[in-house]
Amino acid sequence: MNGFLDGFFDIPSDLQHSWLGLIGLHLREALLPVLAGLLLALPLAQLCVRFRWLYPPVLGATTILYAVPSLAFFVVLIDYTGQTELTVMIPLAVYSLVVLVPAIVDGVRSVPQETLAAATAMGFGPVRRYLQVQLPIAVPAILAGLRVATASSISLVSLGALIGNQGALGNLLAAAQKYDRPELAVNSVVTTAVLAILCDALLVLLRVVLTPWMPNGARSRPKTGGRRQRPVPQDVIR
Amino acid sequence: MESVTKRYPDGTVAVDRLSLEIPDGSITVLVGPSGCGKTTTLRMINRMVEPTEGTILLDGEDIQRQPVTTLRRSMGYVIQNAGLFQHRTIVDNIATVPRMLGWGKQKARARAAELMERVGLDAALAKRYPYQLSGGQQQRVGVARALAADPPVLLMDEPFSAVDPVVRKGLQDELLRIQDELGKTIVFVTHDIDEAIKLGTMVAVMRTGGRLAQYAPPAELLSDPADAFVEDFLGADRGIRRLSFFPSARLELTTGPVIPLDATAEQIAAPGADHLLVTDADGRPLGWGAPGDLTAGDIRPAELLPHGRPFVPGTDSLRAALDCAVLSPTGWAVAVDAGGRVTGVVSQQTIGEAIRSAHAADRADEAKVSS
Repeated sequence: MNGFLDGFFDIPSDLQHSWLGLIGLHLREALLPVLAGLLLALPLAQLCVRFRWLYPPVLGATTILYAVPSLAFFVVLIDYTGQTELTVMIPLAVYSLVVLVPAIVDGVRSVPQETLAAATAMGFGPVRRYLQVQLPIAVPAILAGLRVATASSISLVSLGALIGNQGALGNLLAAAQKYDRPELAVNSVVTTAVLAILCDALLVLLRVVLTPWMPNGARSRPKTGGRRQRPVPQDVIR
Repeated sequence: MESVTKRYPDGTVAVDRLSLEIPDGSITVLVGPSGCGKTTTLRMINRMVEPTEGTILLDGEDIQRQPVTTLRRSMGYVIQNAGLFQHRTIVDNIATVPRMLGWGKQKARARAAELMERVGLDAALAKRYPYQLSGGQQQRVGVARALAADPPVLLMDEPFSAVDPVVRKGLQDELLRIQDELGKTIVFVTHDIDEAIKLGTMVAVMRTGGRLAQYAPPAELLSDPADAFVEDFLGADRGIRRLSFFPSARLELTTGPVIPLDATAEQIAAPGADHLLVTDADGRPLGWGAPGDLTAGDIRPAELLPHGRPFVPGTDSLRAALDCAVLSPTGWAVAVDAGGRVTGVVSQQTIGEAIRSAHAADRADEAKVSS
């Protein structure tokens, strides 16, 4: 039994995880930062919407952070957080934040003026208006941002292999070199890609479930109320 | 119900020392060119814009006294393009304010269904989303949503200006019908003077700089514009449009030139008129013919001149009667009853005299009121 795929799921013991264990670890290291990024991005984006002058500096600062290579990030953070998962997850959370802030800001800003005016006139306070009107209408834009953040996060976790086996599935790449077992590298790449695709599909599904009010087949989110040219189901015209 | 004196400067003056008394249970229209402060005025009523000076009283009480959300929930608001919540179904859109006021879900939905019927929306649309509706239907939802909690006051900000003219006319008629049934106090903003004259019980014409140019019922606006600005804003044909406010009931009709299809030679010759109106056995108009072209016992309806659209005295205005006469090939307007049977004909000349006497009566009324 010396076929190429024979040792495919035979994970070297120094990784301390089975294949499924690595997948769980990978998902945790990738998705927790996205979640943290989202939780930070929501209030930050709301501040940027309320105080328009805040948005350009926030966008500038986050873009500069995004330009810092993750490796440099790791090196700086190791002094503080050591060779831990946290060292991997902090930069990923920052990258998610960078993607999500503009997505949420644009989504919330694209709520039509007359919708906002109508909400205010009906007696919505600012908080209720944000939670019940602006945020729901921004959901498609937020989920579009989440898709980008999630995919990039899943792929970037592998770099954790460079700081002492914190790369989950990425550790297989190092192991492949160390033990001269190329099938482990293939395993790492394929599994990571499949995870990214599955998570993306779940987010698309979530979008469909959360936004039954979106026109079918619309690829971008609607911007204004009422007067768009859109295919309308025939039976609605009476 | 309301006495407003206020000025709103934010560097520029949007509304300048405006005083208006808006009567209960009728439609008051604020009209004027863009930038005249009419929307700002409307938004001060529900405090979406706070006045810098002056006070607004609602039923004698300063609107500053109650919490702003309470005030707003007691006023329906309809906006251009409807401003529907695109992420909520039609029924949930309409039920928004009742739900905020703490109504149960069932009660709020039942109320929404009732309102959909009132504004002329098919119940099958209830579970749809706004994007699935036409502009006119969305606007109806907007009106239903504003009426949902049965507010005494309805604020409407150019609600019909984004739909096409045919749909707009339908919505205006519907609004008048709903207003007949409900008797709300409606404040309506528009830049369209025709819409203002059609809908308003009182019309406030505003000019750039946020000043009130004239506040009067539409008929008075047309007969006595306060100044050149109002006159210019009303347009060139205000004399004709004013006729809409004069009834045609007192027009003197004549049945002389009206003959039946089976008329005798004497009946054809007798009136000595240039044209005769031929009617069918039920008295409905068939068309005009010259006496010389008509042969007794052999009048062919197909060869007659068309009689044009008839008017109904009492229901239609003098404007409609004049329009019929102008469009008629003979210069005579045909009057019919509600069943479409000819009650007589009237010439342009007679209508002209009726207009002059109506004007005279109007002036006499004014003199009486002012003395």
